[in-house]
Amino acid sequence: MDTEITLRVDGAAHPLTVDTRTTLLDALRERLRNTSPKKGCDHGQCGACTVLLDGRRVNSCLVLAVTVGDAEVTTSDGLAADGQPHRLHRSFVEYDAFQCGYCTPGQVCSAMGVLAEARAGWPSAVTGDLDDADVDLTDAEIRERMSGNLCRCAAYANIVPAVAAVAQAEGVRR
Amino acid sequence: MTTIDRVVGAGVDRIDGPAKVRGTAPYAYEQDPGEPIAHLAVVQSTVNRGRVTRLDPARAEAMTGVLTVLTPDNAPRLAEGLASDLPVLQSLDVAYQGQVVAAVVAETSEIARAAVGAVLVEYAAEEPDVVLSADRQDLYAPEQVNAGFATDSIIGDVDQALGAAAVTVDATYETPTQHNNPIEMHTSMARWDGDSLTMWDANQGPHTIVNDLAKGFGLDRGQVRVISPYVGGAFGSKAFTHPNQMLAAMAARVVARTVVFELSRQQMFSLVGHRTPTIQRVRLGADADGRLTAISHEVVEHTARIMEFAEQTATPTRLMYAAENRRTTHRLARLDVPPPTIMRAPGETPGMFALESAMDELAAALGMDPIELRIRNEPAQDPERHVPWSSRHLVECLRTGAERFGWAGRDLRPRKRTEGRWLVGTGVASATYPTRRRRAQCRISVDGRGRYTVEIDGSDIGTGAWTALSQIAADALATDLGSIELHIGDSRLPRAGGAGGSTGLASWGSAIVLTARDLRRRLDDEYGGQLPADGVSVDGGVEGEGPHAKTHSMHAFGAHLVEVRVDQDTGEVRVPRATSVYDGGTIVNAKTARSQFLGGFSMGVSMALHEESLIDPRLGHYVNHDLAGYHVATNADIGELDISWLDEPDELANELGLKGIGEIGITGAAAAVANAYWHATGLRVRDLPITPDKYFRELDLA
Ligand code: FES
Ligand code: FES
Repeated sequence: MDTEITLRVDGAAHPLTVDTRTTLLDALRERLRNTSPKKGCDHGQCGACTVLLDGRRVNSCLVLAVTVGDAEVTTSDGLAADGQPHRLHRSFVEYDAFQCGYCTPGQVCSAMGVLAEARAGWPSAVTGDLDDADVDLTDAEIRERMSGNLCRCAAYANIVPAVAAVAQAEGVRR
Repeated sequence: MTTIDRVVGAGVDRIDGPAKVRGTAPYAYEQDPGEPIAHLAVVQSTVNRGRVTRLDPARAEAMTGVLTVLTPDNAPRLAEGLASDLPVLQSLDVAYQGQVVAAVVAETSEIARAAVGAVLVEYAAEEPDVVLSADRQDLYAPEQVNAGFATDSIIGDVDQALGAAAVTVDATYETPTQHNNPIEMHTSMARWDGDSLTMWDANQGPHTIVNDLAKGFGLDRGQVRVISPYVGGAFGSKAFTHPNQMLAAMAARVVARTVVFELSRQQMFSLVGHRTPTIQRVRLGADADGRLTAISHEVVEHTARIMEFAEQTATPTRLMYAAENRRTTHRLARLDVPPPTIMRAPGETPGMFALESAMDELAAALGMDPIELRIRNEPAQDPERHVPWSSRHLVECLRTGAERFGWAGRDLRPRKRTEGRWLVGTGVASATYPTRRRRAQCRISVDGRGRYTVEIDGSDIGTGAWTALSQIAADALATDLGSIELHIGDSRLPRAGGAGGSTGLASWGSAIVLTARDLRRRLDDEYGGQLPADGVSVDGGVEGEGPHAKTHSMHAFGAHLVEVRVDQDTGEVRVPRATSVYDGGTIVNAKTARSQFLGGFSMGVSMALHEESLIDPRLGHYVNHDLAGYHVATNADIGELDISWLDEPDELANELGLKGIGEIGITGAAAAVANAYWHATGLRVRDLPITPDKYFRELDLA
């Protein structure tokens, strides 16, 4: 069955007709040809498809396109404002926080989510004091919070300092 | 070396980095074929050995949006002589579970996948034979093992020496089936223009894929173009052609449209290879001072019914340590499994787990420091080929590693350190990987304004080749990085071997250096050192192995030192820190090289603790065939990694003095973890992965 929807992606509105079975990931990649988010499993197991939905990170392969409504979808490419790379983009390049680069747009979106969650005071499984509204993104916190994004090239040891540098600059790491 | 050492060695940021972090670098599926794309999805066999007895595509064909269903009945005929499982849909015979028995082509991916379920298939099948064991009656010796190594090597009298040895170790180690699982699934997008085929494809070397497509479809190589500038990881599974390339090309021909076939993650467990499981018996004999007198390493592993792939598991044992009496053997069982293939450091990865674990057991039996044991058995020359090393700095790696890690003063006895619930231990293992060079051709052109175009069919599967080759070219041409425009990953470019065997920079880099030298010579000789207004173009390359490959033994070496913590209550294993030191010859890019090393080592930790494809012995399928069931290391599984290397170019290896570093990081890593686990717990887990349950299993046995 086909349904007409309008997807708001990276600041632009796209009216399109989708099969109701179409995931947000496939709508982006196969219909809009926005291939910034990647497909690594299609089952919510790898994180390569991570995008921001109204600022919160989601696995876009687990979201049906028809359920997105008028939420704003942001891909890693969309984080670059006016063609200028985002701070996270620069940090990932500087710390060589990737190799093949296929998991990377998902890692970047996930890192955006981590920074926002930390600012909002959300604890993680390794947070010591659950009542402390002031989350400190230590290396252990970053490792834990970024663990939904698999990197088979195993750039993990570089992803941690890449995210840490931005967390520091944004005041969520002491 | 005549290169001007300017950019080589520097930690230059990846030139493909800005596009990759934003997600705009086009991987196979993301290229624009210039027309709407049709989607292919496959029906896979549910039996391991047998024959399709009924195949009815009618219901699928009737679905709206389905363009065609390919079956062995109607699929285009491929030429004879294709290897392994490349003759897709050419017969009704089934040789492994997951084999493609039909393929649906449809307007959208949703329709294609839905139609797969509507194809009716029945089989006549025999019981699957999928379980490897060392006492199978049908084990056989292959003619040779992968990469052209001899199947066996026998020197002296091992049994006699073992009988006479003061101290011996006799242990059997097992590694499970592993799957490469690059995060980009194998993907092929094919388009025909008349009799010319274009394929945007995820692979490690476009020329390799061209060969099989040309052969299968009866074309000249010039009629096939494979384009692969960006590849989302590979680790060996993308080295050779697999059914996906054949199917995409077949389907595109039938529907006369661009067709894409993107495997699902589940299909990555049957259609694109795996690493064989291994059963390895290692016996070591030493005198009371720890000098080895005998080394025996006997390997049992599997291959597929329809093809032979013999992993060269015991080959590192032929060169690691001195001993007068030596034996290495490989035996195979042909099982009803999908075709195995290469996976990061085939041979060295499972082989060094066994050898380096056995060395640790010997050190324990001798009451000797395991680093000291290795140093004591350092061979002055290659102990089996009897030729000198081009360079070998294993001892320096071990010593430097010990210093950086803080090894001194370590208690030799196991299970002596606890911190709360945690048992803490440290372990060491050596690493090694061969240094080779392959044939590579290259073209370098310069225009009147001093802009250089470097063309070579190399690949960047995450190695950093885009950047490192540009650096090599800039130095060889005595210009700056900004004046180099590199083209790789396209079979239209001068032919070169794929990314594999850690030969990339040694081969492509040498070809660039020699061609650049030629270009500069021509500019000097014919143009008085001035750039002619309409430019110059020069073709060059390397033929293969260099002159010293026969007279010298060439290998990279390394040492891993690891701390392991084991939770006494749950058996959970953590690796909070590790130090690795490498002897990799010239390091071209300090930043991307470090990434190769830490990625390789981390994959070794993943192998040690997580990775295992479980086959159901009755039903014959991989039970855990996705990333929820097949665990790979996540960010939280990797601790502090201290990576360094010795600054020791290997002058005999190649034009650049480099040894190839893409694979060495994984070798020995799992042994270092297992050895540290023993030191922490006093328990020796000899079958990977070291999952929490094995702590209690070993405790019960102890
Ligand atoms: S593709 Fe969505 S989580 Fe893997
Ligand atoms: S960079 Fe290759 S999977 Fe992460």
